[in-house]
Amino acid sequence: MAELTYREAVAYGIAQEMRRDSSLVILGEDIAAAGGVFKTTVGLLDEFGPDRVRDTPISEQAILGAAMGAAMTGVPVIAEIMFSDFLAVCWDIVANEIAKSRYMTNGQVSFPLVIRTANGGGVRFGAQHSQSVENWAMMIPGLKVVAPSTPEDVVGLMAASIRDPDPVVFFEHKALMGTKAEIPDGEIVAELGTAKVLREGTDVTIAALASMVPRTLDAAERLQQDGISADVIDVRTLVPLDTRTLLSSVEKTGRFFTVEENPRLCGWGAELVSIVAEEGFWNLDGPSIRITTPHIPLPAAASLEDLALPSVDRIYETVCKSVESGGGA
Amino acid sequence: MYRTLHELRGFGKRAHDLFLQNLVKGTTHLSLGQEAVATGFGAALQPDDYTFASYRGHAHSLARGMDPGAAMAELLGRENGILGGKGGSMHLTDASKGMMGSYAIIGAHLCTANGAAWSALMRGTDQVAVAFFGDGTTNIGAFHEALNMAKVWSLPTVFVCENNLYMEYTPIDVVTAVEHPAAGRAAAYGLEEIMIDGNDPDAVHLAARDAVERARSGGGPSLIEAITYRSGGHSRADPGKYRPPEEVGAWAERDPIPLYHARLLSLGVEEERLESIQEEVAQAIDVATEFAKAGAEPDEGSLLTEVYADGGSRWRN
Repeated sequence: MAELTYREAVAYGIAQEMRRDSSLVILGEDIAAAGGVFKTTVGLLDEFGPDRVRDTPISEQAILGAAMGAAMTGVPVIAEIMFSDFLAVCWDIVANEIAKSRYMTNGQVSFPLVIRTANGGGVRFGAQHSQSVENWAMMIPGLKVVAPSTPEDVVGLMAASIRDPDPVVFFEHKALMGTKAEIPDGEIVAELGTAKVLREGTDVTIAALASMVPRTLDAAERLQQDGISADVIDVRTLVPLDTRTLLSSVEKTGRFFTVEENPRLCGWGAELVSIVAEEGFWNLDGPSIRITTPHIPLPAAASLEDLALPSVDRIYETVCKSVESGGGA
Repeated sequence: MYRTLHELRGFGKRAHDLFLQNLVKGTTHLSLGQEAVATGFGAALQPDDYTFASYRGHAHSLARGMDPGAAMAELLGRENGILGGKGGSMHLTDASKGMMGSYAIIGAHLCTANGAAWSALMRGTDQVAVAFFGDGTTNIGAFHEALNMAKVWSLPTVFVCENNLYMEYTPIDVVTAVEHPAAGRAAAYGLEEIMIDGNDPDAVHLAARDAVERARSGGGPSLIEAITYRSGGHSRADPGKYRPPEEVGAWAERDPIPLYHARLLSLGVEEERLESIQEEVAQAIDVATEFAKAGAEPDEGSLLTEVYADGGSRWRN
């Protein structure tokens, strides 16, 4: 058993896979000697050398183009995009090329690559370094989308993403970097497309992702004190999406809530609510509720950012109000 | 190369005819008049080298050995097309021939060619990657990012700008800060300035051979600007009327096929031999066309295949 922070788990998970597969390489800005801007690649250069751990210029298109070309010619790759906001700079390669080329070529080419990136707010970086952009990736056919909330999942889902033959966009959450947990000894490999029930309950189902998971667990603890028992589900991977776990939980509880960092419009919570409405409607005892950030860019000031992001209080109060009223929040 | 020139010309003209018959849908971007570039390079590459092209990629695909029938069927959206009808004119790909794709959005494929070149280094092979692109691409950020990375990583990438003087509908010099959009920027990336006559297959071939050899032997990337001219418009939708008639006429005088024909004759090749090559190619284009026309519409089931590596499109359980 080792205790690792979330940020250490990133390097630990990558190293696990680089030891297993000697052809696996990683590239990105400041990932080698500097160990990554979030210190998520510390130690990789020392262990694997500069041929497998490559520093790049600030050239996001060149980074992902190199990753794409290497992957499609037989070299599996991990590419880091420092902040997920910067995906916009190279979105052509992600959305138009990496995601679509398998289909366009009728299966002639494959893309065993992982695009890692630091996602989300809560660390006072302001609107251009704080976005939650997992929805950008979720809506593109051909991509898989992963967002772990714990160090163990960072390692296990990293391994699953690297071993997956499809392109995966792997969202590491910057507000979780310092969180710590024990992780098991030996090889850790999770499975994509499996949500995790972190807490069993009978009255409400709350689905959350990444940084919203610990907040939701705290809110569920308070709800329990009020006699409201919550099933808390860490969605973990948006694509493939584990709808079975969500629908069976709603069948048990009859009430569905989602907690996400995204601006209000078109977040993944809307998709989940829609699936529950289409396929679990007769199990519902009331409206499904989305707890989100307002439809705004994230502000930098601590007090304003805290107000924007779903807080433990907001999650708790929204669920309480909905359950007490028997209807919407 | 004489045969290849005719194959590329014949294929392009037939694609145009089939478009007018409404058998090719959507659009096509032909490279009539520019055949010497793909031809000269095709002859300089090994079978396992990589080629990346833009949406104007018919000639580069055929020059790497793509079957013309399967290519024509793809233009017609048929099941027997090289991509089963899912790619179309702008995405011709035959990975088995090293033709790693035609990309319909300008620029990024230069970066992707770097990736294939990098992969060759990591796998310890001597493969090279060639990226073909138009003059308009040189004003996209990805062009500059790709050249910089290729140079600093000393990648075996050969960048080939086919400068046909027009960025889609606008003369390239109106929108570009330097006179020669590719060669004029080579020095900025520590590369030699290489400009060649893109209508002369021999000149292209010699430059290609040098650049490929440099890449293969660890000498790093090259950037070549081949000056050429498309005899038609940008795409099917464009008659190219913005071009002065005297310019079109002057370039018609420099059509690579008659010029190469004359050169071969002057070198003592017999007219009969050249004629028989032309006839063989004409027949092959007819065969390709019949193959394409005989193809069935794609099976409905193929709509939902090959989004993910398991062969399907399933995104949920």
